[in-house]
Amino acid sequence: MKILTCPMNGPRNIDEFQSFGPMREAPDPEVASDADWARYLFQAENQPGVVVEWWRHVPSNYFFLAERDIVTNRVLRTFDPGEAE
Amino acid sequence: MPLRLLKYGLSRRYPVRGDLPPTPDLRPAYDVVIVGGGGHGLACAYYLSRYHGIRSVAVLEKGWLAGGNTARNTTTIRSNYITPEGIAFYREGVQLFEEMSRELDFNVMFSQRGQLTLAHSEATLRSFHLRAEMGRHLGTRIEVVDTKGVEALAPLLHMDYGGALEIVGGLWHADGGTARHDAVAWGYASQAARRGVELHQRTEVLAFERVGERIGAVLTNRGRIGCGNVLIACGGMNYPVALKAGVELPIRNFPLQAMVTQPLKPFLHNLVSSVSLHTYLVQTDRGEVVIGGGSDPYQLYSTRSTLDMKEHLAAGAVHLFPFLKSVQLTRQWAGITDMTPDYSPIMGASPVENLWLDCGWGTWGFKATPVAGKRMAETIATGRVPAILKPFALARFGSFRLLNEMGATAASH
Ligand SMILES: Cc1cc2nc3c(=O)[nH]c(=O)nc-3n(C[C@H](O)[C@H](O)[C@H](O)COP(=O)(O)OP(=O)(O)OC[C@H]3O[C@@H](n4cnc5c(N)ncnc54)[C@H](O)[C@@H]3O)c2cc1C
Repeated sequence: MKILTCPMNGPRNIDEFQSFGPMREAPDPEVASDADWARYLFQAENQPGVVVEWWRHVPSNYFFLAERDIVTNRVLRTFDPGEAE
Repeated sequence: MPLRLLKYGLSRRYPVRGDLPPTPDLRPAYDVVIVGGGGHGLACAYYLSRYHGIRSVAVLEKGWLAGGNTARNTTTIRSNYITPEGIAFYREGVQLFEEMSRELDFNVMFSQRGQLTLAHSEATLRSFHLRAEMGRHLGTRIEVVDTKGVEALAPLLHMDYGGALEIVGGLWHADGGTARHDAVAWGYASQAARRGVELHQRTEVLAFERVGERIGAVLTNRGRIGCGNVLIACGGMNYPVALKAGVELPIRNFPLQAMVTQPLKPFLHNLVSSVSLHTYLVQTDRGEVVIGGGSDPYQLYSTRSTLDMKEHLAAGAVHLFPFLKSVQLTRQWAGITDMTPDYSPIMGASPVENLWLDCGWGTWGFKATPVAGKRMAETIATGRVPAILKPFALARFGSFRLLNEMGATAASH
């Protein structure tokens, strides 16, 4: 069983969570070109190494961020989006 | 002829030459450098050398030939997709499998036993009607069958009448089948090698040298090589390898797992998959039951297997065939798959002039080994992308022309 530590609910089985993939910068709709939108929609961080990604604790519907190494599967930290620098 | 056999056994020429030559020294340059020695790269090399007279070809493989996803897949071959572009493409793939053993003079054990996909709800059944209509329109063998039809095709299946997962019908695809995965790769490799293609194992591409709009050279752990054209066919490593050439692909990597049981007496005569259970089964010629399902739930570059997936696949398999509950598993494994947003591959041109893509094969690319190899060879040889490949261009994402095959891919690859 792999454990993910939810900033609100504490350590839980990773089964209780849903991954929403790497965080992406939303384009400014006032100035974004088609290429910017395509990038935002279809392109995600996938380089071997650490990514910052969205997760949801399904039973409590709480969304948070995690820093995880997508090669070793080590979670370096999880935090509330309000704490994001 | 025991005497002939004895003479052969004692002759100096015994044993016969192996199918694959040992890795030669690298030459300074090749007309075509293929990065990745999986089924796709090898098939492309074969078609280049056999049909386009291009024999100065190097296939660079960082490990051993076809040890990537080609070695790990569950060998479902089918064309029951949903978009007209997808069906037309995979249909050609199935047709090439029908001819493959003869084409390669190598028995690839193609077994066209048909695929049965199960519906446990009316909604799924409706989507099956759509797929059947599309498939029939494009000349593939596909039909919706009722519960009687399902029972006739898979008599030992647990129908769960009145239960939560009651089977309400199925999608029967008579063109579906399987083939021996390493025979496919070895057949292409040996025929390509016979025509002068060089197979370089343990040769990893580390970087590309850009010269203006082109790739000038490929840098490997065994030295630098010049190149006319370059093809990327690196399976789960397509994203990082393309990035080395400055091309960012819309790909995310997920593990895909499968497992296999001890051999049993033949009981399952076609491929069975369930959309709701995310489980599919096929019995091999040796009698083992291969069980596969959906991808892992989050992004990862790893070939580790998990207990979660073992439990999930076992639950699905035992639900469909309850007598499997006492059967032992012998192996579980995983491959790293390169998933695209629309569950369709990325083939054709890249933003770099002489760099071609055969990527985004995710969980569904084994069945496309011959057609992708053939059509990418044609693309590289002529410098033009044939009509059948055009819809799969990388540029489709920029113009929002996606080819959504998610519904026809998720449960059965
Ligand atoms: C468990 C599982 C089940 C599957 N089931 C099915 C199925 O039933 N039906 C189906 O159609 N598809 C299935 N697939 C998908 C299918 O296996 C792949 O899409 C297909 O095999 C891809 O072939 P390929 O030749 O492109 O890649 P691969 O066979 O992965 O070959 C790529 C090669 O590139 C090499 N490489 C990588 N980086 C470098 C580098 N830098 N330099 C040199 N070489 C490099 C790798 O070592 C590898 O050998 C499944 C996949 C998995 C993992």
